Amino acid sequence: MTKVGIVVFPGSNCERDVHYVLNRVLNIPASYVWHNSGRISEYDSVVIPGGFSYGDRLRAGAIAAHSPVVNELQKMAKKGNIILGICNGFQILAECNLLPGALVMNNSLSFVCKWATIEVNSNNSIFTSSLKRKHKIIMPIAHGEGRYVASDRVLTKIARNNQITFKYFKDNPNGSIANIAAVCNDAGNVMGIMPHPERALVNGQSKEAATILQALSIHR
Amino acid sequence: MSNLTKEESEYLKSKLRRYPNVVETEIVGAEWSEHCSYKSSKRFIRTFPNKGNRIVLGPGNDAGVLDVGDGYVVTVHIESHNHPSAVDPYGGAATGVGGVIRDILSMGSRPIALLNALRFAPPQSQRGDESSSYSRWLLRNVVRGIGEYGNCIGVPTVAGEIEFDPSFGNYCLVDVASLGFCRRESIVRNTAKQGDLIIIVGGATGRDGIRGASFASTVYVRNDRSAVQIPDPFLEKLIIEAILEALKEGTINALKDLGGGGLACCLSEVSDKLGMGFVIDLANLHVKEKGMSAEEIMLSESQERMLIIADNSKMNNIKRIFERYGLRYAIIGKVATHGNLVIKHGGRIVANIPARIVANAPPASRHFKRPLYISRLSGPLKLPPSRDLTKTLLRMLSKPAGSSKEWAYRQYDHEVGARTILRPGEADAAVLRITDRKFISIKLDGNSKHCYIDPYHGTLGCLSESCRNVVCTGANPIGIIDHLQFGSPENPEVFWTFKRAVSAIRNFCKFMKIPVVGGKVSFYNETPNGPIKPSPVIGAIGLIEEKRLIRRPSLKDGDTIFIIGRTKDEIGGSEYLESIHHITGGNVPKLDLVVDKLNRRSVMRLIENDTVSSVHDCSKGGIATALCEMAILGHVGFTVFIDDIPNSCSRIDNLLFSESHSRYLIGTQEPKKVQRILSDVKGLVFFQIGSAYNEKVVFKTKNEIVIDTNLRTLTRNFGGLEHVMSS
Repeated sequence: MTKVGIVVFPGSNCERDVHYVLNRVLNIPASYVWHNSGRISEYDSVVIPGGFSYGDRLRAGAIAAHSPVVNELQKMAKKGNIILGICNGFQILAECNLLPGALVMNNSLSFVCKWATIEVNSNNSIFTSSLKRKHKIIMPIAHGEGRYVASDRVLTKIARNNQITFKYFKDNPNGSIANIAAVCNDAGNVMGIMPHPERALVNGQSKEAATILQALSIHR
Repeated sequence: MSNLTKEESEYLKSKLRRYPNVVETEIVGAEWSEHCSYKSSKRFIRTFPNKGNRIVLGPGNDAGVLDVGDGYVVTVHIESHNHPSAVDPYGGAATGVGGVIRDILSMGSRPIALLNALRFAPPQSQRGDESSSYSRWLLRNVVRGIGEYGNCIGVPTVAGEIEFDPSFGNYCLVDVASLGFCRRESIVRNTAKQGDLIIIVGGATGRDGIRGASFASTVYVRNDRSAVQIPDPFLEKLIIEAILEALKEGTINALKDLGGGGLACCLSEVSDKLGMGFVIDLANLHVKEKGMSAEEIMLSESQERMLIIADNSKMNNIKRIFERYGLRYAIIGKVATHGNLVIKHGGRIVANIPARIVANAPPASRHFKRPLYISRLSGPLKLPPSRDLTKTLLRMLSKPAGSSKEWAYRQYDHEVGARTILRPGEADAAVLRITDRKFISIKLDGNSKHCYIDPYHGTLGCLSESCRNVVCTGANPIGIIDHLQFGSPENPEVFWTFKRAVSAIRNFCKFMKIPVVGGKVSFYNETPNGPIKPSPVIGAIGLIEEKRLIRRPSLKDGDTIFIIGRTKDEIGGSEYLESIHHITGGNVPKLDLVVDKLNRRSVMRLIENDTVSSVHDCSKGGIATALCEMAILGHVGFTVFIDDIPNSCSRIDNLLFSESHSRYLIGTQEPKKVQRILSDVKGLVFFQIGSAYNEKVVFKTKNEIVIDTNLRTLTRNFGGLEHVMSS
């Protein structure tokens, strides 16, 4: 059985939601791992949940990206372990360069919480491999610094490598470049996503959100 | 500089049998402020019914505790931060959220939801006045403050209400409520024995928020920024997690948050409640800056601080937990058998005073007198003839008061926590999952326009409305929280309105057998321009026993529409009268308790029999706007036959916009079944009034079409607040 570890930083606040949905809704055994406990490598897959790690002082995810857990995550990513960063988790993965690009303040300059429609843009990652391209999914979003940005060079590269996994469809809630909602690494085993797949499974039965999270239990 | 009155100083002196020193006077002054002592209101709010099968702990605690079965409880509390928010809307509102969260935490429960009720002057520019831009500034920053604090600590803001009235000019009311959840046995019992350690954990104490409680206990006249506290939600989040962990390990004997009145109030109240004395040395406390005096440390309202009393043997566990979360803490003293509060500052005793005296302020006797304006306002109205009712309806929907509040709730994370089932804007009340089977419904309601003209029936209306709102989601009301907000209690006319509101709560809750589980009184809500309109805010907590009972107000295509309850010529204080005709006065809706109960039970029966697809409370804005809300949410139009609406109205505009209580709108796919069930209820007033189909929105009599519009126009007009706030 795959073991999923949920990394908890001071200020994380979606770890309990992810824990509930993985264990109780999807029957995927998952446990909390305190960020500096040195134990994350005991797990097969990792979720970095949403929240405000270290209060998002300085910049969302900036301080968490210097936690000792990041070295372990970097090794795991290289080995091919599956890592999913949701919302603040995405911000942290971008800050520590496990994912390309950066996340900055929404263009509305305020926090936005609602449901957004996203579209599968690439099924080249382990999280999207069983989803059809152009397939539409509605999913909750809740973020203040969710506008994805990248240099032209990076953007061209991730587009060519099929690393842009999800895009906002029609209504872009934060002004992200190329309507990007989620990106993965080159190998497709690490993904960061601004919308919250775990929330789509609390108040409804989103098959697609389940698919994304179920990727965590795939043995590699 | 203490705020004790001459009589209070004399009383204190006689109790102590000596002159109090400066520090003692300051401590007593904070605790005897209206804000902390309830000296004007205590004997009135004591008369609320607060017993019941579900009540584990009632008013008088940091939060009320209700048993929801299966070994679980919910905790609930409401607070306001009006004065601070008027000076610094962002910080004032944010620290208001922080304060109510710590109240929930003090009970040993995890905060799972936040709600708010906000009151401002109208935000849209009117005839070139400046108050609207100030109002927009306040509203924008209050919403941001609430949002950023709640979002950061990961507690969803699930419901709220916003009211606009000129009586809140240059001021605002910011009420925040919170709901907590835990196992029944996890509720902190608050005990202490000699030698137990007294610990303060969290933020360092500084010169911020000094005398905040006293600031809130006088008329708001100046921008006293030093009385406003500074929010740090990240710190609060760490405190929540660390304290819940420490409680789980059984290391805490007693727990209390530091709020209004700072250490002075916290130490004296806990010491008095436990019946034990405290010996404290302030030099041990972690502070923000050097050179603070004992009074400053005692009265500082620096945020994100909690008091813990623990056995010496548990200190290692506590230390380990706090250090893991990077929390600062200090052991500031020990519990003693005498009943005194002994405060030292670097070894030197600066105060030595019985906690019993500090914590029990002498009641203030207040005069009351029926305000003269009331008779003047209840006279007959001269209403101009109604004109184009389609235009009127669209104007009502597009006013900030009547329009969608999405501009505000979009800034609140309302889904974190994985419990939110019905979100803001989606239903009459928020619904949260508490166990795999059960759900809690909760809503806050107020109506200062009704309460101004008739404080008794206005308050009854708020009670009825909040209960109706939770009933519309499929819940049975199991508890009430109240927040009574008025001007100065020293003004006999204000105090009379307060007493009428208290009578309303007592009578309603007694009759309905719904206990009051918690509440708060806030006086001195006035500026040099005068007092606010009486603004009691009522929260109803409802329990949903099964998932299948959950209902939304959204109409479905093919629904037959019924109304329960009679519409009367009760147009006084209505949105229609105030925002369209700019008239204050007239007949405020009266609540008939018997009818209210009958109608509520009938709606519950329909829901339990699975016969209704949508239920909506009919209140502010009347039938016309309530039906439009159902249509917008359900993406379907409707046609309603006005002649079929049971009423005693003299005019058609009154019928469409009257805010008569105890009315429910119902959409059903099984009209025959609904008809049969409702016909069985003796004395129930109801009628089938129309149906939902296509895009058109039509109100007609047998002779003419009175309102003729469509869904797209309604939806376009519903964004009024958004429009005003982004302009």
